[in-house]
Amino acid sequence: MYKLLLCWRYLRTRYIALASIISVTLGVATMIVVNSVMDGFAHEMQGRMNDVLSDVIITSRSLEGMANPEWHMAEIRKVAGDDVVGMTPTAQVPAALAYYFRGQYFTRQVTVIGIDPETYSSVSKFGYYLQHPENREHLDFQLKEDGYDVMDHQAEDMRKVKPREQMKQAGWKHRRANAEFEKRIAVQPPIQTAAQENAAATDDSPFATAPAPVQETFDPATEQHAGTVLGIGLCSHRTADGTDVFQLLPGDDVEIHFPSCGRPPEFRSSKLTVTDFYESKMAQYDMQYMFIPLDKFQEMRGMIDPQSGIRFVNAIQIKLAEGADLNAVRDKLREHFQLHLYDVSTWRDMEGPLLAAVQTETLVLNVLLFLIIAVAGFGILAIFFMIVVEKTRDIGILKSLGASSEGVMGIFLTYGFSLGIVGAGLGIVGGLLFVKYINEIADLLGRATGTPVFDPAVYYLYKIPTIVEPFTVGWIAIGAMLIAVLASVLPAIRAAKMHPVQALRFE
Amino acid sequence: MSTTKYQPLLSASGVRKVYSKGEVKLPVLKGVDFNVAPGELVSIVGQSGSGKSTLLHLLGTLDRPDGGEIYFEGNRIDNLAAAGRDILRNRHIGLIFQFYHLLPELTTIENVLAPVMIRHSVLSYWAKRREYQERAKALLETVGLGHRLNHKPRELSGGEMQRTAIARALISEPQLLLADEPTGNLDRQTGDEILEVLRRLNAEQNLTIVMVTHDPNIAAGADRTVHLAEGRVQAASQAAA
Repeated sequence: MYKLLLCWRYLRTRYIALASIISVTLGVATMIVVNSVMDGFAHEMQGRMNDVLSDVIITSRSLEGMANPEWHMAEIRKVAGDDVVGMTPTAQVPAALAYYFRGQYFTRQVTVIGIDPETYSSVSKFGYYLQHPENREHLDFQLKEDGYDVMDHQAEDMRKVKPREQMKQAGWKHRRANAEFEKRIAVQPPIQTAAQENAAATDDSPFATAPAPVQETFDPATEQHAGTVLGIGLCSHRTADGTDVFQLLPGDDVEIHFPSCGRPPEFRSSKLTVTDFYESKMAQYDMQYMFIPLDKFQEMRGMIDPQSGIRFVNAIQIKLAEGADLNAVRDKLREHFQLHLYDVSTWRDMEGPLLAAVQTETLVLNVLLFLIIAVAGFGILAIFFMIVVEKTRDIGILKSLGASSEGVMGIFLTYGFSLGIVGAGLGIVGGLLFVKYINEIADLLGRATGTPVFDPAVYYLYKIPTIVEPFTVGWIAIGAMLIAVLASVLPAIRAAKMHPVQALRFE
Repeated sequence: MSTTKYQPLLSASGVRKVYSKGEVKLPVLKGVDFNVAPGELVSIVGQSGSGKSTLLHLLGTLDRPDGGEIYFEGNRIDNLAAAGRDILRNRHIGLIFQFYHLLPELTTIENVLAPVMIRHSVLSYWAKRREYQERAKALLETVGLGHRLNHKPRELSGGEMQRTAIARALISEPQLLLADEPTGNLDRQTGDEILEVLRRLNAEQNLTIVMVTHDPNIAAGADRTVHLAEGRVQAASQAAA
C-alpha cells in the first residue's frame, strides 16, 4: 500500500523525474506518428498496386501469349473454385509511342496493354482512374464530345486541387478544332496546267492512264482511329506549383510502333486516338501503360490463328473473393499449370522488392527510434540515482518502520513503472492527436514557412495517409514502460541495500 | 516491581558492537548487560559517543550486534532473519528519533498510518482503512494533534512533529517504545511536554519505554536511569518502583 501512496506523492512532487520522461513521451509519440504515416503510405501504395494489378496474375512466359483464354479461365475456375470472383484476359507488348507536339515528334517507351473493357474493371479499379465520368461507368474507347474532368475526381478536398484548365477543351471539340487548323495550313496539291496535261497525254507511259491516286477519305474532324487510354504521365508534366500541363488531350492522335507475333517479329505501326487518360497516381504505372481494346490489340499484333480463329492473350488477371488466401490460390495454380510456360504471381510477388524495401525501412526506423527511448532510459537511470540519494533518509525511515528491502526496491520499481506509464500515456495521446490532425499541422507549417510540407505536386496524394495500428501502439507503449522499469532497477537495488542506521544518519 | 516469576520484556547480555573504519577497529559497546521489565520507563544516559544510540539501534533491531544476545519477550531477536526483524519493528517495537524522521511527502495522518500501510497490501488495507484511520485520529488526539491531521511535516513545529512520530510508533500497538533523544532537538518546555506525553502513555497504557537522552533533567523523569560509559553499564540507580 505504502508503495503506491509514495509513488503517487513522488510523481506529484518530483518534477525533475517528469522532465526525464519527456524524452520517453517524445520517443513514443514520434514512433506512433512515424509508424502511422509509414503504414498509411504503405497501405495507400499497396492498395493502389493491388487495384492496378489485380490479385493473382497468370502470365505466359512467351510474348507470343497463350492460346484460348476461355479454356484457361475454365481451368482456373476448376482449380481455385469459389475464391475467384472475376477474371479478365489481357495482352501486352512493349512499344514505342510517337506523337507530334509543337512541330516535333516525341517518342516514348510504353507498354501497350490490350484489355477487355467488359471484364477488366471487375478485377481492378481500372475504371475509377479514368477522367471521363461516362468512361468510369462504362469504357467504350470512343471519344466523347466533352465533359472530361477538370477537377481531379479522386481528391477528397477540392480546395487543394489545381484545376486542369486544358481538359475543358478535351474531346471532339478539340479534335474538330485541330482538324480545321490542319486543313488551313495544309499545302494544296499544285494545279496541273493544260500543257503539262498534254505532255502527259502524249507520253506513252502506262501510268498516264492510271486512275488518280486514291484520296485519303479519313476525315479527322468526324472520325477517330481506334481508341486508346493513355497513362496520364506519358503526355503531361507537373509544374512546380502543382499545375498539370498536357502535351496531348483526348482527341489527339498518336502512333505506336511494336513487334508483331511470329518469327521473326515484324515491325508494325498503328494510329490511335486518345480517348481518355488513366491516372492511378502511381507514377511507375501512369508513365508506362497505355490501354487499347483487346480485340484490336490481337488484330494488330497478329494474335489470332488465321485458320481456327483462336485468339491469344498474354495474361489472365484474377480477382479473388475478399479474405481469400492469395498465396494458397497461387500455389494451387502453380501446381496446375506448367511453370515453364506460365508464371503465376500475386500482386505482392510482382512488387516484392518495393514492398520489402518499405518493410525494411520501417524496421530500421523503428529500431532507431526505439534507441531514442532507450537513451531516455539512461536519463531516468541518472535521475533515479539522484532521487534515491535524496531520499536516503526516507528509505531509512521506511526500514525502521518495518519495510522490507524488497518493499523499498518495489517503491522505486513501481515509481519507474508509473513514470513509464505516464510517459508512454502522454506519448500515446500526443502521438495519436498528432496523427489525427497531421494534415492540419502540415498545412499550418506550410503556411508558417511558406513552403508546403506535403506537396501534392510531389506525392500525387492530396493528404498524408495515416493508419493507426493498435497492436503497434501497444507494442511501443509496452517497450517504453519496460525501459523505464529497467532503468529504475539499479537505483532500486541501491535503495534496497541501504543500511537503515546509516540511512537515518544521512544528512 | 514484582519479584516473583520475573521475566524481562527486553534483555541484553554481553552485547558488543565494533565500528571499523578501515584498519582501525573502534569498540563502542564492550559487553552491555541490561534488562527492562514490562511497564517500565527506563532512560539510558551517557556522554556523547558512549554508545547509547548504538545500543538503542541494537535493541530496536535496526542493527546487529557483534557479540552477545538480545531477547524480546523471551525470544532471541539479535540473530533473526531480515524478514523477522522487519515484522518485529513493524508491529512490536515502536521507534522515535531525535530528528522525528517523518516522511516529508505524507501528511500527518498518513505518516501515522505508514506502519499499517507497510504491513498490509492494497486490498487488505483498503478493507480496514476506516478502522485504521479512526485509530490514527484517536492516537493523534491522544498526543494533542487532533487538529492537524492533513498538514505536511514542514508545516509543523518540532514538538508537533515529535508528537506525530509518537503516534506513528503507537499505531501498531507495540509492547515496547524505544526513543532516541526524543527531546534532543526541542526547547526545554516542548521537551517537557513530550516527556509528559511519554509518561502518560507509560502510566495509562502500561507501555514499556526505553529512552536515550543526555539531558539529566529528562532522565530524571524516568522510573530508572541506566548510565552508559565506555561501552558498559556503569551502575543502575534505582528509582521508586
